[in-house]
This record gives sequence, structure tokens and C-alpha cells, in this order.
Amino acid sequence: MLVNVLPPPDRAVVSRRDAIAKDLARLVAPGGVIADEDGRRAFETDGLSAYRCMPLAVVLPRSTEEVSRVLKYAHENGITVIPRGAGTSLCGGALPAEDAIVIGVSRMNRVLDVDLENRTARVETGITNLGISGAVQPHGFFYAPDPSSQLACTLAGNIAMNSGGAHCLKYGVTTNNVLGIKMVLVDGRVVEIGGAHLDASGYDLLGLIIGSEGQFGIVTEATVRILRAAEAARPMLLGFDSSEIAGRCVSAIIASGIIPVAIEFMDKPAIHVCEAFAKAGYPLDVEALLIVEVEGSEEEISTLLARIVDIAKPFKPRGVRVSQSAEESAAIWRGRKSAFGALGRISDYFCMDGTIPLGRLPEVLVRIGEICTGHGLKVANIFHAGDGNLHPLILFNANDADQLRRAEQAGADILKLCVEVGGCLTGEHGVGVEKRDLMPSQFTSGELALQMRIKTVFDPQWLLNPHKVFPLEGREIEHQAWEH
Amino acid sequence: MKSARPGSERELQRLIIDAVRAEMPVEVLGAGTKRNIGRPVNAGLAITTASLRGVTLYEPTELVMGARAGTPLADIEERLAVKGQMLAFEPIDLGPVLGGAAGSGTIGAVFATNLSGSRRVMSGGARDHLLGIEAITGAGQAFRGGGRVMKNVTGYDLCRAVCGSWGTLAVMTSVIFKVLPRPERTGTLIFLGLDDTSAIEALCAALGTPFEVSGAIHLQAPLAARLKHAGLAATQKAVTAVRIETFESSLRYRLDRLKEALRAFGEIHELDDASSLAFWKELRQLSVLQGNAAPLWRISTAPRSGPTVVAAIARYMECRAFYDWSGGLIWAEVLDTADAGAGDVRRVIASHGGHATLVRAAPAVRAGIDVFQPLEPDLDAITRGIKAVFDPADILNRGRLLANL
Repeated sequence: MLVNVLPPPDRAVVSRRDAIAKDLARLVAPGGVIADEDGRRAFETDGLSAYRCMPLAVVLPRSTEEVSRVLKYAHENGITVIPRGAGTSLCGGALPAEDAIVIGVSRMNRVLDVDLENRTARVETGITNLGISGAVQPHGFFYAPDPSSQLACTLAGNIAMNSGGAHCLKYGVTTNNVLGIKMVLVDGRVVEIGGAHLDASGYDLLGLIIGSEGQFGIVTEATVRILRAAEAARPMLLGFDSSEIAGRCVSAIIASGIIPVAIEFMDKPAIHVCEAFAKAGYPLDVEALLIVEVEGSEEEISTLLARIVDIAKPFKPRGVRVSQSAEESAAIWRGRKSAFGALGRISDYFCMDGTIPLGRLPEVLVRIGEICTGHGLKVANIFHAGDGNLHPLILFNANDADQLRRAEQAGADILKLCVEVGGCLTGEHGVGVEKRDLMPSQFTSGELALQMRIKTVFDPQWLLNPHKVFPLEGREIEHQAWEH
Repeated sequence: MKSARPGSERELQRLIIDAVRAEMPVEVLGAGTKRNIGRPVNAGLAITTASLRGVTLYEPTELVMGARAGTPLADIEERLAVKGQMLAFEPIDLGPVLGGAAGSGTIGAVFATNLSGSRRVMSGGARDHLLGIEAITGAGQAFRGGGRVMKNVTGYDLCRAVCGSWGTLAVMTSVIFKVLPRPERTGTLIFLGLDDTSAIEALCAALGTPFEVSGAIHLQAPLAARLKHAGLAATQKAVTAVRIETFESSLRYRLDRLKEALRAFGEIHELDDASSLAFWKELRQLSVLQGNAAPLWRISTAPRSGPTVVAAIARYMECRAFYDWSGGLIWAEVLDTADAGAGDVRRVIASHGGHATLVRAAPAVRAGIDVFQPLEPDLDAITRGIKAVFDPADILNRGRLLANL
């Protein structure tokens, strides 16, 4: 499944694999280079497993200096580099290329410093997202962005994709929670940007780099904000007779001045799959379910949840249930966070990630249903309702080439719909290869050219993760236009 | 210098294209209230967005508003207040400390300069609330960045690239930003007479509690004496303040718990809702730094380094400090000298981390020094590369941010 996804590899580079692997082995500590076929196979794909490609070689450095040496080498030899965290990207952001070296930062996972007074932690970026919170949890602190893959995904990947999560309605996404980085530039130079202070001097390079999908450099260390956790948090479940009514209830909650720490939405198919997997106690006879979580002291939580129940009343909620214990809360969240895994057990699926203005939700859900039915496919919908970030999960059988093609087409149609109603192609997963060719539906060619010129500032030869984000066609013209 | 006040985005674009053809440097302005920050711009034409006005989008239940860049900030806040909402990053009003009127800035300039107030410690800064822009590059290219939705990682984050670039990359014509509900109640805890180190320790401790502190400031005694709040000014003591904003049902509980947590730092006074609102409102206009022309530095550093930075600067020159962001932001008023103490301030920053901007000084002083923090060579090169992408002819606010840029 690589038709037109990657350009033809540079055969001269591929033919020098053995020599290149030997060179790489001299640049890093023993065991840091994987060049054998079986070893490389573990890196041939990421969370978007429909796309696969064996890399030229894989390097797993243990220090910024090693990353720097490898990048310098690749730069001098004109070899493409694919940065990789844990490989959980759902958009093919870490998809290798046959002529590319994968640099994975997963072995660089130390916590370098926890500073409770300044409310920061300095870590190596190969640490998992949950690992950061784990390191500061004994002190009552946490790292806020919480993608569903947080057990496995690395901060490096979160920085590359500007990852979000269920709780970013209140706490923001990665870019709102990273204060400083150490980054290796394409030619091996190491720069430090930001620090423990709250704003940038000069241009907001940090803001530009976070979300640049590994195309500007490899971030090896970061200083992140850590926050003191609330005294307690408790979710409640609200079931509704239709998605439209659930959407209207979300609007009413927000209009009342309450910003819950999370508002998650699931439609009927999603509820059933998650319940079967996690036994979270979700009501099975409703068309839509909201998980609404608030924080504070026990008394504050009770007051807020009572207010939310009042606000919800006109929308005739069913199966209203406030979690009564930590175990029950954990079960409710386990159901939601295991949605992707649960679905994966019953079917192959593509997880879409568009964002829409919340007001367009009812219409968009109807049209998503029509699009999938039109392609002869089923869909389950999960989304972060507070911020309009949709995750339609399109079910298909990957062994059926025709179904795969139809699923891709349905996904593309859904994302174009998101753009059409005023939203965007991706809210938190990134563009990668998956949505690369849809970029012209959101941006003009002039806007894409402007973005590509920024990449050229960081990476003049386009060696870093080059096949992602921008359509392959039309690039050469832009290069030339820029160079002359 | 000629000035132009385009009435449409198209007209603004044409002006820039003409300026590129004529190789004429352009000064970019909103209402011009912050015109005297930065190195003086030597331009042949001043373009203001002040005629591009009006709220173009407001969906209170989606927490989003859009406005043309020249819309007065005051109008924006008025519209939001009607629906019980606000700009949570609480943009400070630099007009009065620069000798101008209060409340006359534009929303475009708020984002162009990335101005955030005391609530930044809890809610993020201006750059964290900007969702989308429409802008014209220095090459005359109209482009959009971001959009109107809360979460968007499609392509590079051009919003943040332009936010805080002081009009040197592009002229914003429209902005879309996140808005949030106003808190039901505000309460403030006050310590009197703390030294800087204890005060910052108390403020950092406050922010390390789970009670969602939304403001944490410390005023040295000479600045506290200039407060409009007569009772506090009359104490002649340093003032340290911690703000809680929450639901009515929670306020008492949170203030009491916080008092318990901070008991060791000394006697704690309280401001009620009305005096709290007035107190934080005057801080938002930097009231204690108004009414004189002494050089004013804005220093950003790690919170606990704040007192060390101020003490180090005070070894070289007379210095009065207003700490915000629990010590991470310092407004330092210093004695008027030929370079406003730039050499010493930069040396101090170099050893403690962070950056410093000379916000207020005479034009001759600003022309002679780096007003903004000079960059490391590698970052300077990247910065110049980005400037060249957006403004290849280097016509927008030339030299304002860095010399030769």
C-alpha cells in the first residue's frame, strides 16, 4: 500500500546501505544502529499501519551529541532522515523511506530536573508522555496534555505533532505547555530555544517548531510546564436520544460559564464497542453519550456536577450517572481511552481527526454517516466535544484492497467536509502522509508555498521527514522559486 | 513621513505591493499606542489598520471571537462582557506608561506584540489564545494561518510565528481568538512588607497549590506607594498579592485553604470582590509605573530567579521592581542614563537566563542599543531566514526588533 505515497528512492543511497550502516556505527555507542532486515522491520510503519516501508537503517542514539553526529553525517552525505518517537503516529508521520535513516529518540528518556517551585520539568524527549506525569505525580503535579496513546507516545512525538488530548479544553495542547527545547538542526548544530521563562524573546520559534512534524530539526530535550493537580476530579455520564441533542447540551454547559476539564462524546456504535471492551458501565440504549469531568474539592465537584445536571435537564438526558468512586472514574475513562484499542480488536479502522465549529455538529454527524454508508462502510464517532475535535473511526477490512480504497476515500470526504464547514483537516494527529494530499483543500498554493519556504529556512535540502505534510507535486517549482 | 489608513484589506495589500516596488520602508501601526517601543523605525510610509474595524464572528458557546485587526480592544471587551466572557490572558495596556491614553489599543496590536497580563500564569498568554489570522506579508501576499476552531495542527503554526513579531513579518488584517467565561467572584490575599525573596517564595508556593491562583504579584515599597488603592498605598510597605477567581460557591473555601497554606509567610489581609477587581484593573494598566519617563525594562525569567535578577541589577543602578507571574516577569524602572543600563541588565540576564526588553526610553537611547534581547548567532540566522520568507524586501518595521532586520 505505497502507491504514490513515497517518491522513488535514491538507488545510489540504498546500494550503499552496508557502508552507511558501518559509518553510523562509528558515530554512536555500540548497539545504537539497527541495519539487519528483522531489526529494521520493527520500524517499517507507525500507528497508521496500512502504510509500510523498510528504512535504510535505524539509529537509536542515547544523547544529543549522538543525534548531532548522525544528523551531521546524513547532511554531509545528502541522506534523508525520519525522526521517530514511539511510532504511534496515526497519520504516518514516522513512516520511513527506503533511502532514509530513521533516528529514534526512545532511548533518551531521562528526567533531567524537576523544579517544583518554578513548576517546570526538564526531560529528554524520548520519555513517554505519561512518564513525565509519573515523575512529578509524587509531588502532586502533572503534565497536562494527555493523548490517548500517552502510555506509549513520546514527548518528542507530541512536540512534532503538537498533540492534544481529552483534557486540553482546560489545559491546552503541547504548544501551550512547553517552555523550552534543545534541538539538533539538520546539519548537526545544537540550539536552545526558550527556557524556564513563560514567553519568547524575538519570534516565537518554539511555537513554529512545535507541530512542524519533525521537518525542522530533532528536539532532544524539553522544559515543560508542570501543574499542581486539582484536589480531585470526577466524571459523570449523560446519555441522550440523539447526537444533535447532546451537542446542544454541550453548548448550554459552556454558555453557563462552566468549562469542564473534559467533555467527551461517543455515538452509539462507539459506546457499544467501548463498553464491550472495558465494562465501564456505559448506557447501551442511548444514541449519544457525554463524559463530563470537573475538578476541585469534593464539595466543589458536587456543586458543579449538580449545576451541570440542572443545565442538562431540558435536553432530557438518560442514564445520568455521577461517578461515586475513584475506581468508577477510572473505569469510565478506561472505556474512552481504550476506544481505539477496543475497536482494533473487532476491525481495521482509520481514525480521522478533523475539527469543526461545534455549532455544525448535528449536520456534520449526519453527513459523516451518509459518506460512510455511501462507500458501503460503517463508522463510529468519538470526539472531544468541548473543542470540536472529531474522531470518526471508519471500519474496514485491510485485506480487502477495495475496502481499503473506499475507506481512504471516505476519510478524505469527511476531512473535506470538516474544512467546508469552517474547520480543519487535523486537530491533534498531524498531517503526515495521510492528509498530505488534502492540504490544497484547506490552503491556497500560495499559503502552502509560504509554509514550505519556512521549512527551507530550517532544512534547505529538505532532508528531514521530507515526504510529509505537503503534496509531493508542485514542490520542485517552489524550491526553485525560492532559490532564485 | 506619509501615512495611510486603508479602508479594506485589498487596499492595504495594494499599498504594500506599491511600497515593495518603490523600495519604501513601511511602519506598521494599529492605533499607535505602542509606537515608541522598540528601535525607532525609519520609514517613508506609516500604514495603520485602525480603519479595519468590527467583530466578524462571535460564538459564545464555542468560546470563539473574530475581529478585524483595527478593532479597539475596548470594543472587544465590551462585546464579551455582555455575554459574561473575557480575554482570559488579560492583555496589559501599555498606553498610559508610554504617556498615552488608556484603553485605546487595537486587538491586532495585542497579538502583534503578544501582550499578556497577570492571568498568564494560569490561563496562558496572548499567543496561546490566538486561533487564526488573516494577514498580508511584506511581499504583499495575503494569507491565512490557523482558523476558527480550538484545535488545529494542519500545517505549520503561522499564527504563532506572526504573534509577537511586532509587525515585522506581516500586517494582520483579521484575528480569531479564544474567549472564556468571566469568573463569578474574585478574591485577593495580601501580604505587606515582605522582602522580594520571601514574597516570590510565597507566590510560587501559592501557585503550587491546587486552588488555581490566577494572579501572583509583588510590588516593592516605592512602587506600592504609587498604587491608586489608597489603603494599600498608605501602608508605605511592599505589597504581595495572590488572586483567586472562581465560582461564588468556591471562593471562601479556596481563600481559606490558601491562607492556611501560606500562613508561614506572615499576616494575610484580604481584598473583597470590588476592591480586588479595581486592584487588578490598575495593575493591568501598570498604574505604578505611570507618570514618569524613567527607563522601564520588561524582564522574563524563571520565577525563582526574579529576586536574584533584580538584586543583581540593583548593584549597578537604582531599580524599582514590580514582579508579576510569581516572579517570572519583572517590570524594572531604572535611573535614566545614556544606555538605560542596558549593558548591565544584559549581563545579569546572561548569567540567570531569560530576556529583557527596554519598554520605555527616549528615542536616542533606543536608537543606540538593542531594545529587544539580542539573539544567539544560530537563532539570529533562523530569525533572519524567517524574516526573509515573509518580508524579502525588508520593508515592514525595518530595524524595530533587531538592528538590520
